Amino acid sequence: MEIPKSFLGYKRENGRVGTRNHVVILPVDDISNACAEAVANNIKGTFAIPHAYGRLQFGADLELFFDTMIGTGKNPNVAAIIVIGIEPKWTKRIVDAIATTGKPVEGFSIEGAGDIKTTMKASQKAQEFSQWASEKQREECPLSDLWISVKCGESDTTSGMAANPAVGNLMDKLEPLGVHLCFGETSELTGAEKVCASRGATPEASKKFMKTWSDYNDFILKEATNDLSESQPTAGNIAGGLTTIEEKAFGNFQKIGSRKFIDVLTPAEEPKKGPGLYFMDTSSAAGECLTLQAAAGFNIHLFPTGQGNIIGNAIEPVVKLTGNPSTAANMKEHIDLDVSKILKREMNMDQAGDELIKTTIKAASGRLTCAEVLGHKEFIMTKLFRSA
Amino acid sequence: MAKTDIIIHDEKDNVGVVVIEKITPEQDCSCWIMENDKTVNIQALNKIALGHKIAMIDLNEGDTILKYGHDIGKVVKPIKKGEHVHVHNVKTKKW
Repeated sequence: MEIPKSFLGYKRENGRVGTRNHVVILPVDDISNACAEAVANNIKGTFAIPHAYGRLQFGADLELFFDTMIGTGKNPNVAAIIVIGIEPKWTKRIVDAIATTGKPVEGFSIEGAGDIKTTMKASQKAQEFSQWASEKQREECPLSDLWISVKCGESDTTSGMAANPAVGNLMDKLEPLGVHLCFGETSELTGAEKVCASRGATPEASKKFMKTWSDYNDFILKEATNDLSESQPTAGNIAGGLTTIEEKAFGNFQKIGSRKFIDVLTPAEEPKKGPGLYFMDTSSAAGECLTLQAAAGFNIHLFPTGQGNIIGNAIEPVVKLTGNPSTAANMKEHIDLDVSKILKREMNMDQAGDELIKTTIKAASGRLTCAEVLGHKEFIMTKLFRSA
Repeated sequence: MAKTDIIIHDEKDNVGVVVIEKITPEQDCSCWIMENDKTVNIQALNKIALGHKIAMIDLNEGDTILKYGHDIGKVVKPIKKGEHVHVHNVKTKKW
């Protein structure tokens, strides 16, 4: 197949391109969720991203909180954004950082004004933003404007045989075209860590990966009260035939095809070494991993599943594929692409990769994904340690 | 193309994965090895569901299970060729 050269995206003020045109109402903290949701309820064409944190965090955990909030606001899928927090200081820090992109952003703090007045003021601004954003049109953009993140979930043995290598095939075809790519799931590479480290594009990248993995593994072993066989693989994985974390890891690893990663990112860190594949240090929990990847600026996500994970994301469209024929049939409404014909040898990996490229470009150009249509807007903060 | 019941990733692998709804005891199964595109046959000893593994050779306690050509765990209970391979007879080497 000749790979299409372009997709239809929204060009942003800073040169990045969005696959969506969201107007977001972002609460800074848990107690501002109600106000943010009230604004989103008032003003059509906007939505709130409620979450559980933002109070009394400190140190590295607070920094990751800010990186996640700011990165979410900066993501090119967000056209304009209202930030609402209880106190002015943290609200302003987030607003100022998002403003560096040049996109419309305005902050409101509730303390001293109350929910009702703040809702009114923020709604007036939100109306302005919503109507402004609604005038934006999609334009033809080169594929190199795609920043694709990947993560698999509810994996089974079909993931390693079909859906994950299909993603790998897409990576092998799109990386040479200047696309940014990102995989994560530090803990789920356990068992394949040495093989994964050998896929660093430079000795520094390999070393950085091994250090990241070892730190994560030390943490897991320190916190574990029993052996991790109960959580890794998960009960869903085991039902699907996966026996050990090593088996899961080698299946997981099929997602990067024959690519090499050029750098290792900290959670939510924006890639800065240009196009190519990046590894990000993330949890293997889907909600957390996707939230971090979206905060790093990735604008479309590919999610292979075996037993049928149903995850979406607040701002990043999630394209789901499966190689499991039962999942494809029984959970049809969640699956954007069925590659189960690979198991019957009625489809080869090259064809599966091509189909996935077509599905990805369609979704990037505006076709709603299954997760979007079903209302999945997961936004899950990664918490490094407990709050003060 | 002959119907495939089991897929084996790598020539070195000592397990294959069932890719039809299930295989049943004494069923003669056709196995496709992805790496070299060869086909081999095996007789199943257990009922094994889609996505689950079958032993391609006899395995003893302490043996290493190979899939994707890599070490994915150790045998903790002897397994006969054709038997179901899973958490009841294989364990991780990691924890």
